[in-house]
Amino acid sequence: MITVNHYLLLSAILFAIGTFGVLTRKNAIVIFMCIEVMLNSVNLTFIALSRHVGNMDGQIFVFFVMTVAAAEAAVGLALMIAFFRNKESIDTDDFNMLKW
Amino acid sequence: MEAILFYLTATVAIISAVFVTQCRNPINSALNLITTFLCLAVFYIMLESPFMAAIQIMVYAGAIMVLIVFVIMLLNLGLAVKERYTHGIAGAGVLSALILFVANYFIRYGEATGTGGSVTSEVISSYGHTELIGRAMFVDFLLPFEIASILLLVAIVGAVILSKREV
Repeated sequence: MITVNHYLLLSAILFAIGTFGVLTRKNAIVIFMCIEVMLNSVNLTFIALSRHVGNMDGQIFVFFVMTVAAAEAAVGLALMIAFFRNKESIDTDDFNMLKW
Repeated sequence: MEAILFYLTATVAIISAVFVTQCRNPINSALNLITTFLCLAVFYIMLESPFMAAIQIMVYAGAIMVLIVFVIMLLNLGLAVKERYTHGIAGAGVLSALILFVANYFIRYGEATGTGGSVTSEVISSYGHTELIGRAMFVDFLLPFEIASILLLVAIVGAVILSKREV
């Protein structure tokens, strides 16, 4: 029998993997994709708990998370294109123009 | 049967999420990310939320991933791949293991309380999931919905401005 705890544990594992990717990778687009993994694990938590509680509010939250993720994708990728145009790279080690 | 499907899909989701973080080529990461999204859509169907599964496939696996793959192709990163593509593995490993441990502790020794809401399986099968979502969104959450549309408009304008050469 699959309970809500299984879903919560799975989303904790996915969140940890996403955190690991965000902290270790250098490529900005891969970091972005790892953030998407983390957002999706939170979405899974929201939907599992929404079904567990018997309330629709969690699933509406998932909608707004998706909206924010779409806006973030548009703006973030535009930022990366603008950065690549200046530096010919999207390595996070090259993002050091504000360094003193 | 449900348990077999759950564990199979969970294994695929976790393995492809690991590959998202470990593949050297960003395109391989993107393809593995699509697999993760599809596995999560399967979970949404198992949780009796078919509309969320459809949205997951259309918005994430469709729109957002097309945007990411398009940008990867546009930037032509094959030339920019360097020798070393990771850093800080030890610290990040410790931190993510800590996150996993704490979450596991809470899930194992805590209890998910608060059952018995109005939306049960019978309600979902008699009304339909889409109708319930629509009712909640356009009655209870109308103002956040409108604010989200403004957020998307701002994001479109911002993306256009940022990627223009000269404003």
